[in-house]
Amino acid sequence: MERDTLVSVEHLSRDYGGMRAVDDVSFELVRGEILGFLGPNGAGKTTTMQIISGNLAPTAGRVTINGIDILDSPKAAKAHIGYLPEQPPLYRELTVDEYLMYCARLNRIPAADRQAALTAAKQRCGLIEVGRRLIDHLSKGFRQRVGIAQAIIHAPAVVILDEPTVGLDPIQIREIRGLIRELGRDHSVILSTHILPEVQSLCNRVQIINKGVMVLNDTIEGLRQRMQASSMVVALRRAPAIDQLRAVNGVLDVEPLGDGRFRMHYKPEDDPAETLAAQAVQHDWGLHELTPERMSLEEIFVDITRTEQPPDAAEEAA
Amino acid sequence: MIRTIAGRELRSLFLSPLAWSILAVVQVIMAYIFLARMELFFQLQPRLAGTSIGVTDIVVTYLYNNAAVVMMLIVPLLTMRLVSEERRSRTLTLLFSAPVSMTEIILGKYLGIMAFLLVMAGVISLMPLSLLIWGNLDMGKFAACVLGLTLLLASFASLGLFISTLTVQPTIAAVGTFGALLLLWVLDWKGGDGSDSVLAYLSLLRHYVSLLQGVFSSRDVIYYLLFSLTFIALSINRLDGQRLQN
Repeated sequence: MERDTLVSVEHLSRDYGGMRAVDDVSFELVRGEILGFLGPNGAGKTTTMQIISGNLAPTAGRVTINGIDILDSPKAAKAHIGYLPEQPPLYRELTVDEYLMYCARLNRIPAADRQAALTAAKQRCGLIEVGRRLIDHLSKGFRQRVGIAQAIIHAPAVVILDEPTVGLDPIQIREIRGLIRELGRDHSVILSTHILPEVQSLCNRVQIINKGVMVLNDTIEGLRQRMQASSMVVALRRAPAIDQLRAVNGVLDVEPLGDGRFRMHYKPEDDPAETLAAQAVQHDWGLHELTPERMSLEEIFVDITRTEQPPDAAEEAA
Repeated sequence: MIRTIAGRELRSLFLSPLAWSILAVVQVIMAYIFLARMELFFQLQPRLAGTSIGVTDIVVTYLYNNAAVVMMLIVPLLTMRLVSEERRSRTLTLLFSAPVSMTEIILGKYLGIMAFLLVMAGVISLMPLSLLIWGNLDMGKFAACVLGLTLLLASFASLGLFISTLTVQPTIAAVGTFGALLLLWVLDWKGGDGSDSVLAYLSLLRHYVSLLQGVFSSRDVIYYLLFSLTFIALSINRLDGQRLQN
């Protein structure tokens, strides 16, 4: 199947005053992909999303939506984007119907199709029964849904959601996630979030940005590989000398934990568990525990965002 | 598209108690001025017989002269939230991410507020028109007054809109607009009769007064149109520039 690139970001940078908030970020998004955009607070996620949605001009770099440059022809490019900022842009004095109708007009949906688009968006976001209520009187979860409805009413090719599940209750979060998964089928979605399991359950691809620099861009499968065990904990009743354990095929290092427990590091492609068990039986080491240690996405995230230094900081230190 | 934005602006205005209370307050003040002036007219009427001075000069011109001052106080309150409030409640993002140009956003907002101000001007002009029930009105002068007020409102609104794009705080926008309007109003108070000076020419008041006197000069009309266009253009420019700096 032909890969249909909907968003292409090339060498994007953005300065605020003297501070560089986003530094040389490039990535692509193809149709039908859900991209998880991760990073600590203040890492430049929101800035990047604002630039892609045309709310902010980049200091350097290029963004094309569906092949259209957002700076050269903003109107044409924006027609393909639905954007839900961190704080949904809602007019609280309007009812849900009035508000969505206004959004439909703003997005230049022809008059004949507006009602259908409105109904479809309300249906997808579960807003049918609150259409006549004032947005001001809705609960936070419903407001969030109105915000999503606003972003998808014109069936844009790209939907950008900035922390769509913040502040929602667990049931609402599940519903919104279901909605995002559904959106991912015929739109491309960029999703920024702090909730890592959300990324694991929703996204095809993960991007981690830290201090304005892209530090990881990988598919979910690639990430699973990274998450695979590279260490395990074994407990032996009659432990041999540590060198004997080191000699087991595939083991890189052994770290004694006391009480006959050891952490053994190995290469992911070269799992020594089987050999180790066989040797333990053979030499009567009294193996009673063998636990592979899996790295969670959270650990990868912390690992990457802690150790990676932004290039300029490294230069300063030098 | 401009109509859509203007429609939303007008709708939100009428959904807020602010617009209604402003309409009510303005109407009460203007009605009081109108009635007080009518009383004066009745007192003077015997002495005016035979002169060319009529009810239009005594009542209508005076009413519109005062309307301008009242509007100077009121318009900043209406224009203050145009952009600043949207920026504060983050709804500007909706307009920025929609396929809408900055020009359309600004013109939509401007026309929305102008529609409201014209309603206000219309309600005020009903009072002089009520004189037609029993008497005569110099329609030429009256038309010049209505035109003058409309042009004045157009320039007030454009300045208010521009100042609203400068700040996130609606109150600061209101204070700034009021200050700027007042300054432009008194600009020709500078000593001497320097009626040709640049400052006098820039004064909002001078052009209004000549229209109120029934002197229809295209110079005055062009002044107001240029004034409005300038600030509309500046607003568009400012909104566009916001994406770059921030």
